[in-house]
Amino acid sequence: MTAHDQIAKDVAENDVVLYMKGTPVFPQCGFSAAAVQILSNLGVKYKAVDVLQDPDVRQGIKEFSNWPTIPQLYVKGEFVGGCDILREMYESDELGPFLTGKGVALETA
Amino acid sequence: MAMSAVEIEKLIREAFPDADVKITDLAGDDNHFAAMVSSAAFKGKTRVQQHQMVYEALKGRMGGELHALSLQTTPKD
Repeated sequence: MTAHDQIAKDVAENDVVLYMKGTPVFPQCGFSAAAVQILSNLGVKYKAVDVLQDPDVRQGIKEFSNWPTIPQLYVKGEFVGGCDILREMYESDELGPFLTGKGVALETA
Repeated sequence: MAMSAVEIEKLIREAFPDADVKITDLAGDDNHFAAMVSSAAFKGKTRVQQHQMVYEALKGRMGGELHALSLQTTPKD
């Protein structure tokens, strides 16, 4: 299975997918860590994909979304944005309603 | 591999002649910048599309030569 097919499968089969450097517990980049923090603040369940584990996925994801950087968030198969957009949406209280509007459950602490 | 703030601003201005552009050097290493870009060209575009337009203006350097560019785009009336 090509990286493209793997990506297409992951974003189709999982409501929320975060392509990041490292893991949610050990993020390897500040921007990825910021994205993880935002998702955990909102109590969102998501599948994390560590692009550092597979160079084909790391390159493939950039072509898949025509977006040159990592992290990248997908919700219901749709590319939502990178760290800047996530932070902007979160800080303007748009991200929570956007997610619930897409039928994604938020676990309020 | 790095880019200077002047180069970034030049490329953005070439693609968006009407733009207000503000580049901030975040780390002093010619590799971590923040850019605020406001242009009429962003009107009606989603945030993702606006940022993609700026990345295209940087002609493929984003993510390669330029490691981090924190972007803030706003449509201009």
